[in-house]
Amino acid sequence: MKRKFNLNRKFFKKLEELIFRVLMIISTTIIIVALLAIIISILIKGVPSLSWEMITQTPKGGYYFGKEGGILNAIIGSLYLSGGATFLALVVSLPLALYMNIHKMKEKLVVNIIRLFLDILWGIPSIVYGAFGFALMVFLGLRTSLLAGILTVTLFIIPIMVRSMDEVLKTVPRGLIEASFSLGSTRSETSFRVILRQCIPGLITAILLAFGRAIGDAAAVLFTAGYTDYIPTSLSQPTATLPLSVFFQLGSPIPEVQNRAYASAVVLTVIVLIISISSRAFSMKYQKNRIK
Amino acid sequence: MRSFSILNFKVRRTLRENLSAFWMKCCYLLILAMPFILLIGLLLKSSLLFGEHSLMELIFSSEWKPLSGKFGFFPFIISSLWVTFISIAIAAPVCLLTAIYLTQYAKRFVLKIMQPVIDILAGIPSVIYGVWGIIIIVPFVSKVAGWFNVSSSGYSILTGAIVLAVMIIPFVLNILIEVYKTIPIELSEASLSLGATKWETIKKVLTRKAYPGIISSFGLGVSRAFGETIAVLMVVGNVVQIPSGIFQAGYPLPALIANNYGEMLSIPLYDSALMFAALILFVVVTFFNMGSRYIIMHYEKKI
Repeated sequence: MKRKFNLNRKFFKKLEELIFRVLMIISTTIIIVALLAIIISILIKGVPSLSWEMITQTPKGGYYFGKEGGILNAIIGSLYLSGGATFLALVVSLPLALYMNIHKMKEKLVVNIIRLFLDILWGIPSIVYGAFGFALMVFLGLRTSLLAGILTVTLFIIPIMVRSMDEVLKTVPRGLIEASFSLGSTRSETSFRVILRQCIPGLITAILLAFGRAIGDAAAVLFTAGYTDYIPTSLSQPTATLPLSVFFQLGSPIPEVQNRAYASAVVLTVIVLIISISSRAFSMKYQKNRIK
Repeated sequence: MRSFSILNFKVRRTLRENLSAFWMKCCYLLILAMPFILLIGLLLKSSLLFGEHSLMELIFSSEWKPLSGKFGFFPFIISSLWVTFISIAIAAPVCLLTAIYLTQYAKRFVLKIMQPVIDILAGIPSVIYGVWGIIIIVPFVSKVAGWFNVSSSGYSILTGAIVLAVMIIPFVLNILIEVYKTIPIELSEASLSLGATKWETIKKVLTRKAYPGIISSFGLGVSRAFGETIAVLMVVGNVVQIPSGIFQAGYPLPALIANNYGEMLSIPLYDSALMFAALILFVVVTFFNMGSRYIIMHYEKKI
């Protein structure tokens, strides 16, 4: 009797493990399928409407009603916006990340406080940055413009950039920093001439990541960058962006305009995929030739 | 002459050092001040609203008539809660099972496939998730609602939650994988050597050890989901009502802000009402964020 009970228990143990293993494989598959479903559905909807005219012309007759023209305004606008924001964020992020890891190497408390604040800032939704940016704009009497968009997106991506640079700089061996100090170099020389060179591929990955975030975010630019049919020629003009091009034109009842939205979605997806793949390539390179 | 150039060199080095240190300190102060600037800015902007309504009235009243100056946020808050918690309920088991699979069972090649998959999923912009939701999830949910004899356009709480669940999966999954990876291998070796099966070890030893990490990863997922805007806005329907079922349309807080920015300035108090919505988002998200991080730090010391 007891033996049978034991056998039963063993059987149920095995069965439980089996069931859960199947569930695990199912949930892993769900994730892969979800990604494929996203990419394939975007491609199926968007690729037929993608043409040379689509990506080399600005919309004619208004982006919401005009049937002619393409999405060049959104592509160029997005590149301007995220390029500018990435550059500005770099000016703040790189020094801060170096400051945390080299200047404050010994003061763990300060570094942990900065990390905590960065994590808080990273968590804040981009719509809050957008609303704040808009309030600030109204307060300063500015109108929706490329500059306002760039500033808002900069605020939004700084925590992302610093945090990922910090992850890279953390891995620098302490001995390297100490060796540089012992040769008499100042802290800034150590930072910019030794550590920066050592970490360049990792830092480029961090920059690409932030660029990808900047180009894909719609909520922060919704209030601040405006939307227009034209390519901006100065910082004070409003600009179109790819995410908003998808968002606004998808709501139109005219199929030609909707096609523009799907085409923008494809372009955006392709840009993000390129960024993702090249940053992987960079981080692999980083793994290869780093001093340990 | 020579000593002069050395002096010059020294001065230049010191100058460069001091300048860069000064700039670094400025950046450091900027980061420390940023959350407070955001908070104070939002508080100042929404303070006009507090003058005429009490906080309780704002949060628990369900009358939303901006034209007659009535701002009840209850429908929006309830919609946000519904969408957020359903999405976590969908994402949590998937993430947990996948994390256990990837860290305990999976072969190398599965890991090699999954790492880029997670990275790409995390990098896809939210507007793309929204388009995907409209193309695939909306018709799907509409059909599912048909099985339950509910008529639904498909633009509903459930649709928003499904899209949101897929969006937060990479985020939560990455944290969970990190949590399971940091458990010392000796722990599972000890358990296995006492005769426990692999699954028993995972269930009773590893998961118990990882418990605070798991809870806080879900908390971080909630904070991410609560503020997500565009993807949810595109599929959730945006009807001001207190939703009574998952197939009904909802109107979460971020969607409220995003949808009304155009008319913000023409109606009195409207902009401060929207800033109040942003303030609620800020507070709730930061609360969950900090809470989860506190749990991780607190329990990591204990165990």
